[in-house]
Amino acid sequence: MSALNRISDTLWRRPNLLVLALILPPVLWLGVIYLGSLFALLAQSFFSIDEFSGVIQYELTLKTYGELFRPSNFDIIIRTVVMAVAVTVGAAIIGFPVAFFAARYARGKWKAIFYLGVMMPLWSSYLVKVYSWKLILAKEGILNWFFETLHLSWLLNAYLSIPIIGGNSLSVSATGTFLVFLYVWLPFMILPIQASLERVPHTMLEASGDLGARPYQTFRHVLFPLALPGVIAGSIFTFSLTLGDYIIPQIVGSSRRFIGQAVYAYQGTAGNIPLAAAFAVVPIVLMIVYLWIAKRQGAFDAL
Amino acid sequence: MHSDRAPFGLKIAAGLGLAFMHLPILLIFVYAFTTEDKSYQWPPPGFTLKWFAVTWERTDVWEALGLSLKVASVSTVIALILGTLCAAAVSRTKFFGREAISLLVILPIALPGIITGISLRSAFNLADIPFSFWTIVLGHATFCVVVVYNNAVARFRRVSGSLVEASMDLGANSFQTFRYVILPNISTALLAGGMLAFALSFDEVIVTTFTAGQQQTLPIWMLEELVRPRQRPVTNVVALVVVLVTFLPILGAYYLTRGTDTVAGQGK
Repeated sequence: MSALNRISDTLWRRPNLLVLALILPPVLWLGVIYLGSLFALLAQSFFSIDEFSGVIQYELTLKTYGELFRPSNFDIIIRTVVMAVAVTVGAAIIGFPVAFFAARYARGKWKAIFYLGVMMPLWSSYLVKVYSWKLILAKEGILNWFFETLHLSWLLNAYLSIPIIGGNSLSVSATGTFLVFLYVWLPFMILPIQASLERVPHTMLEASGDLGARPYQTFRHVLFPLALPGVIAGSIFTFSLTLGDYIIPQIVGSSRRFIGQAVYAYQGTAGNIPLAAAFAVVPIVLMIVYLWIAKRQGAFDAL
Repeated sequence: MHSDRAPFGLKIAAGLGLAFMHLPILLIFVYAFTTEDKSYQWPPPGFTLKWFAVTWERTDVWEALGLSLKVASVSTVIALILGTLCAAAVSRTKFFGREAISLLVILPIALPGIITGISLRSAFNLADIPFSFWTIVLGHATFCVVVVYNNAVARFRRVSGSLVEASMDLGANSFQTFRYVILPNISTALLAGGMLAFALSFDEVIVTTFTAGQQQTLPIWMLEELVRPRQRPVTNVVALVVVLVTFLPILGAYYLTRGTDTVAGQGK
């Protein structure tokens, strides 16, 4: 006990030592394992692969980054970014009313229902969620049955015949990929919006109305600007998660690849670690830029 | 007053949004009982309990489940220790690099999972570390820290400093103060954080595909079935079980953190 007491006294007299003792294990773990790995990856992206032998050449070069700008690779990047933007916008549009109702009108029991109603899908199994959409979008699945029952199959077929967003069936189309992304990331958008809306004083909206603003004007000039940090905070998740995901486009999607799939394919079967690493750096750079903008917009306070 | 009642359109939009988030999962419940075993046919031609028995007999499912539970337990313990230490340091004092540390904790989930996955994999390759149970745990614990940290840091901030001082004045040393004063106050937050970390690890698939080698956790098993289906009804049943297993910790975490305004020593 006396040894413990001595340690205790020392820590009490020298708070810096205490903080150091507390912070050292987590910082070592995250610093060595996580940051160390990140740097190992980053380093690999500056190596290149010999096209004939397939052997990695450990000389620093920007050649691998140059390959990202080949049309076939650059298309993958553009496609992924466009999808991430679409998913983010879609999630904001669908998520806003849910967050607004939960923050402004839901009370008591309904507050709990809305809270759990967002938390449950957020935390429930990612793969199960993707799988459930496979069931919905498959050719013999529920959505096709729905259209057939309503005698609207022609409408669905007309939609599927549109190039790029259509395909053989919804489960192998970009639209399917979009829907699943939207579904899986939606709760990540709702929670930050709700948090920021809860901080908007009641009276501010009433004042706006009293001063003669129509509901739309109140939304446009008062509510939305105040909720914007929350929307941006949510968009960090939807955007980042879409950029890196490779499972959803693999299970519900067309043969046109996304960044995550390219990373996975190049590091796996192709054995081209440098190119996989360079591809992986793309979302990192995009997210650093995004986070920097988000921070300037005050979105971090809404997290 | 008119402002206390939601506009009709908003009610509809919010309801539809909520329905959109829940109907697909509920669908799994129906499919687990369908008699159709080849396709995703809707509506189900009939209902049966047969697939539960078939799933029960499958050793590969049990093995995957066992590995998932083991990985999640160990990762949760590591995350609890690291997350609590980090939260204690960050919430109590202001020190150089404090912002950087909160960023460091968030980074593993703020960056896409594939980055964490491929980074760890290439680091294992460089260091000649063979894939094992521990390589999976290494990855999982890393991104679970943030969940514990987030729960703990909020609670630490509410535990009043005067409580700690009173304990010290009464002759307790730092360790006794932690054991008898701080820990009881933060325990529910830690429990909630631990449950969420467990759920997160139990469900994680992207990082695991890079760090698992030949081993199968339950999500890896499911992914395999999704890409190359063998027996669809078994997948349906497993999906149903996974939904039920992950709901319990989430509900538990919710109830544990609900009354967090009542932490002792608050506002004094």
